[in-house]
Amino acid sequence: MSEVKKITAPMTDEAVRRLKIGDKVGISGVIYSARDAAHKRLVELIEKGEDLPFDLEGSVIYFVGPAPAKPGHAVGSAGPTTSYRMDPYSPALIARGLKGMIGKGGRSEEVKRAMVEHGAVYFAAVGGAGALISKSIKKAEIIAYPELGAEAVRRMEVEDFPAIVAIDAHGGDLYLKGREEYRIGE
Amino acid sequence: MREVNVKDISDAVRDIAIEANCVLGDHEIEYFKKMAEKEESPTGREIFEMMLENARIAREERIPICQDTGMAVVFLEIGQDVHLVGGDLTDAVNDGVRRGYEEGYLRKSILKDSINRVNTGDNTPAFIHVKIVPGEKVKVTVAPKGGGSENMSRFRALKPAEGIEGVKDFVVQAVAEAGGNPCPPVVVGVGLGGPFEKVALRAKEALLIPLGQRNADPFYAAVEEELLERINKTGVGPQGLGGRVTALDVHIVQGPCHIATLPVAVNLNCHATRHGERII
Repeated sequence: MSEVKKITAPMTDEAVRRLKIGDKVGISGVIYSARDAAHKRLVELIEKGEDLPFDLEGSVIYFVGPAPAKPGHAVGSAGPTTSYRMDPYSPALIARGLKGMIGKGGRSEEVKRAMVEHGAVYFAAVGGAGALISKSIKKAEIIAYPELGAEAVRRMEVEDFPAIVAIDAHGGDLYLKGREEYRIGE
Repeated sequence: MREVNVKDISDAVRDIAIEANCVLGDHEIEYFKKMAEKEESPTGREIFEMMLENARIAREERIPICQDTGMAVVFLEIGQDVHLVGGDLTDAVNDGVRRGYEEGYLRKSILKDSINRVNTGDNTPAFIHVKIVPGEKVKVTVAPKGGGSENMSRFRALKPAEGIEGVKDFVVQAVAEAGGNPCPPVVVGVGLGGPFEKVALRAKEALLIPLGQRNADPFYAAVEEELLERINKTGVGPQGLGGRVTALDVHIVQGPCHIATLPVAVNLNCHATRHGERII
């Protein structure tokens, strides 16, 4: 297993720009969960010029809708959801300070452009490894939209959350590079 | 005529929903390890290790393998000599889903409709497919189906002239375009033939076939093997980050169709190929 880089969330611009695709990271600190319905609401707030439920500056958003926590657990199974559904919303958040996103699957050209322009990084967590990932989430508390259930925005305290840098702030995209490297023919 | 109480069907649905979501079967784990050995990408190998570790934690602690505990897709094969008693069958199945998803700490992911998007709160309704078969038993299969992989489903009405090569190209393209979205390595279900609604159901039924089991028809068995080989040359790899193992297996369910048609449907399952069954 190659070396794991320690990352702290929220992130600074310098920390973001140091990361390159293929880097394995362990993320510690505070991240926020948001998926489809929450993203729609966050961007509506931005359009109306209203305050968001958390400070976007330097923030890391995890695209996740956890399963309910068993008694004694901080959170239930909590792996990433597919990220492209957040593509229509992410550029607006990146332009206002979002520095990191955690999800699974590739991103649009618009998102990648915004990431290069403003300095943001996209981490791939292992989809379908929700039980394993939940171990790195030490605390989870709903801070907005509780009526959305699994889709509510949660403030999560994480320790060594395992992820891979899939798209970096320099235009690198492991989804393209990795596939190219292992493709045979056709 | 044998009487079967729908309460027993309800209990089976509850139990299987929890079990299937938390426990990846021994056969699946072994198959998974075998495929992991074929992976050459270092990142891909690490992902395989994480998936296996995840399956171990989920099984030991009885927490879901994946937070997306899915739509409850329920297949019922009801013997024609069975007389169902004790209430409404659909209500019983939904009650089983309701109890399973609540008592098993499974996520509730079902909305009342696709536009207004209000959660039903208990993961009902189930999506029930009933088949009447000979005999006096009831077979209950629950296949929790995640949204990420479901979104990568594809249908096409091919021209009959496109033949099996058209089918192969379409299936490989569907998996390649899906990339990392459906949580590869995926299981690929291919439906062939039938009217529009039937070809999709065949693709879903294909996902219930055990990993490694080939089509009984040697022609289609060879097509399955060729498709698996071609899909694993796309380079998509575990989680779409590049590698040799993009699919764990490919299953085809074929059947009759109209003289003018060649319908094909592709339904993908993530690497956690979750389903379970019970015979009552």
